[in-house]
Amino acid sequence: MIPARRAERARRRQRLGGVAVHAAAYAAALLGAGPFLWSMITAVKLNRDLYDPAHSPLWFNAPPTADHLAYLWRHTAFPTFAWNTLWIGAAVVVATLLLATPAGYALARLRRPWAGRLGMAIFLCYLVPPSVLFLPLSRLVAAAGLQDSDWALVLVYPTLTVPVSVWLMMGFFSAIPAQVEEQALVDGCTRFAAFRRVALPLAVPGVVAVVVLSFVLCASEYLYAIAFVSPTAGKVVSTGIPTELIRGDLFYWQSLQGAVVLVAVPVGVVFNLLLKRFVAGFTAGAVTVA
Amino acid sequence: MGHHLFPPRGRRGRDRDRALASLFVVPTVAYVAALILGPMVLAVAFAVSDVTVADPTFDWAGLAGIERALADPVFWQALLNTCVITSLTTSLAVVGGNVVARLMLARVYGRWLVRLCVLLPWVTPVTVSSVAWLWMLDSVYSPLDWAGRQLGLLGVGESVNWLGRPSTAMASVVAVQAWRLTPLTAVIIMAGLVSIPRNIYEAARVDGAGRWLRARFMTVPLTAPIVAVAGLFCAVFTFSDMAVVRVLTNGGPTHSTEVLATLAFRRGIDGGDVAQGAAVALFLLPVLLAATLTILGLVRRMVAR
Repeated sequence: MIPARRAERARRRQRLGGVAVHAAAYAAALLGAGPFLWSMITAVKLNRDLYDPAHSPLWFNAPPTADHLAYLWRHTAFPTFAWNTLWIGAAVVVATLLLATPAGYALARLRRPWAGRLGMAIFLCYLVPPSVLFLPLSRLVAAAGLQDSDWALVLVYPTLTVPVSVWLMMGFFSAIPAQVEEQALVDGCTRFAAFRRVALPLAVPGVVAVVVLSFVLCASEYLYAIAFVSPTAGKVVSTGIPTELIRGDLFYWQSLQGAVVLVAVPVGVVFNLLLKRFVAGFTAGAVTVA
Repeated sequence: MGHHLFPPRGRRGRDRDRALASLFVVPTVAYVAALILGPMVLAVAFAVSDVTVADPTFDWAGLAGIERALADPVFWQALLNTCVITSLTTSLAVVGGNVVARLMLARVYGRWLVRLCVLLPWVTPVTVSSVAWLWMLDSVYSPLDWAGRQLGLLGVGESVNWLGRPSTAMASVVAVQAWRLTPLTAVIIMAGLVSIPRNIYEAARVDGAGRWLRARFMTVPLTAPIVAVAGLFCAVFTFSDMAVVRVLTNGGPTHSTEVLATLAFRRGIDGGDVAQGAAVALFLLPVLLAATLTILGLVRRMVAR
């Protein structure tokens, strides 16, 4: 009787907890996505609907229109910004993988006495911010003759991506069972062949995570991009949107908000697909440096 | 190292491993040295020089540049603002991150979509999401003002100039920083929560420890170091960020939201006075160094356990 009643009460508490947790989770989601939802609505509003303070900003009082998105695509430099962000991001991702994959493997697997300390030291470089480095780096960029060139960003962006990528790759490599490579070595592979043919294919999920995180870090960067590249044709999404679509006599608010949504949603979807892997990688990295 | 992952392979095999290890790390170490550590030294050197964009030759100027920065009231305003924004943002993001981390792990319908929405503020380029906020804070068509009018908090046709007054401008900057960094602290804390083995909770439950006791004596001490790491990361990123302020207020109205990073940029790039910009940015270093060393200690402690 008593246990039954207690079980009943526990069930009820759990169910109520479930409702509260659901409410809290959806509230958090709304808080996170709210500004973007509103951007989404704004982007497809007619001028006479948007620019009327009596109209509800949260819903349509006139039919939606795609004109502002078409304008964004055809008459602004937005496609150029998007293209620049894409190719610079891709180039930096390639450079990051070339540097971080072998380094992560060596630190996780080749048992050098300095591996733990070096891994930690490289990771801590992630905390050195652009606002400390931009003045000396601008000198470096000028010396290399890259002022106002997007290649300046390809040169300096790995400073943002390499430290954290080495850390992640280190975690992913050390999570692969050692016996697999051991077997390859016993079978007569060289260490390099064991890395390339055995460890690397098994680390592909980790590589994908590093690709996405590196790309997100590049796309978010603002300070270097605004300091080193000023021509419109060379601007990226994070500098072009706030400087080229806002300033001027007219504020193309709808087009601007359309640009916000076009950037935010794809990035968010891809990142979310890989969330579990990031969490696993960071934890494994911390275990590796011990 | 006592514990060998691989069978002994003879001297030549080990030597080759050693060579390969060096070959694999040297490019990364060289890059980090050339583009992070070297420039860091140069940043300090610039601060004690008289370098400008017009005259890039390096001449020793001693502490004159730093004294000039210290004599500038805008610098003190920026230092104060940076500290205020950082401490408020970090407190909000740590509290929020603890809640959101648990919500991301909770079994709810549409968890995938919830996680996506929660992560959006962090994965979207900072300036891009700041533009979304600018539209919410800066226009008379803002839904915030509209809601205020509907609720009768604002009169008909009245709207709040959020970014035009020092106090609300500061609050807006803090709100946007906390909004964009809470997902980061949440993901870090989530990593800490999932790494606690489940069976110790089972054991405690069997031993009669209730929900409160398990939270107080297990979850809190086990996650404290990673929560601290999350807070420090958040602090470092807020402390050194200039994008949010640059887009929302550009330091205004009249420097009331100026931070060290925007001031360093204003002096060093907009104004062309590299030495003065470097002198301002120099004041970021001690705090970053302290945060870094603390993180190092915390990670050591977590891993040692």
